[in-house]
Amino acid sequence: MNSSETRSLPNGAGAAATLAAGIGAVVLGVLTLAGDKSPAIKNALIFYRPTGALSGVTTVTIAVWFVVWLLLHRLWSKKDVNIRKIVTIAFVLLAASLLLTFPPFIDAF
Amino acid sequence: MEITSRGLWTLIHGMGFGALFLLACSAAIYQLWHLCRSNGASEAHTDVVLKWYLLAMALLAWLSVLSGTYIVYPWYRAVAPAGTHDLALYPQLLLKSSPTTIGWHTLGMEWKEHVAWLSPIAMTMAAATFFHYGRDLRNQRYLRNAVLSFTVVAFVAAAIAGTWGAMINKYAPTVGGQVYSFSQAEAK
Repeated sequence: MNSSETRSLPNGAGAAATLAAGIGAVVLGVLTLAGDKSPAIKNALIFYRPTGALSGVTTVTIAVWFVVWLLLHRLWSKKDVNIRKIVTIAFVLLAASLLLTFPPFIDAF
Repeated sequence: MEITSRGLWTLIHGMGFGALFLLACSAAIYQLWHLCRSNGASEAHTDVVLKWYLLAMALLAWLSVLSGTYIVYPWYRAVAPAGTHDLALYPQLLLKSSPTTIGWHTLGMEWKEHVAWLSPIAMTMAAATFFHYGRDLRNQRYLRNAVLSFTVVAFVAAAIAGTWGAMINKYAPTVGGQVYSFSQAEAK
């Protein structure tokens, strides 16, 4: 933390939102890859037939993201955490999710 | 001049929600970048406006992916009855029917349908964090940078999806359903 900065709110709530978004994003990527590679997983992810497996991929992603956000918020909202480390992890997860949704990368597996 | 109901929904999804979100990103990214550069110094009314602006952007991102996934996409991937020769009502099958257009589906749509969902996730994080901290964000350097970076990621994801969507709709437009006529011009 910069010495000139005087914070009034702990950074935990922001850290929870940041890391949860990173985790949600990587779940999207992993499910995209899993659905592409396994017909069984693809079938299991069909929650709404007209939309196909995309319905399951996105519904599970949103559910995981919200649950993780809620849990992290409860754990961290009243305290300060290592925000630099958490933001870095969230960016690595975001970058991984961008890669995992890119079809040529998925086809490489 | 007429448009089909499927064409109209595609327009609402792409040009209404998607393009509006992309346009909104430029102002948000500039304002957040300015906030980061000025070490968090900003006027109170700017923060209030930006707070609601980011929230509206998150809403637009959600409306865009939800309308795309649950309204337009089912029409795109509709299965044609056996023996159908005219594939105009089945965009996915139309693209896959030719080696010169199949890539628009296997690369374009396969990428677009998933990467687009990063946009509302990243934008919701940015809006929620800005809403929670408000003026106090000027004291949170890493969170300020995270809000800016997640907004940029939301923009990039939406731009990828929007660009592919526009190109796919050019080669295999989503058409069909009720026809709405707006005007009838006389032939010259």
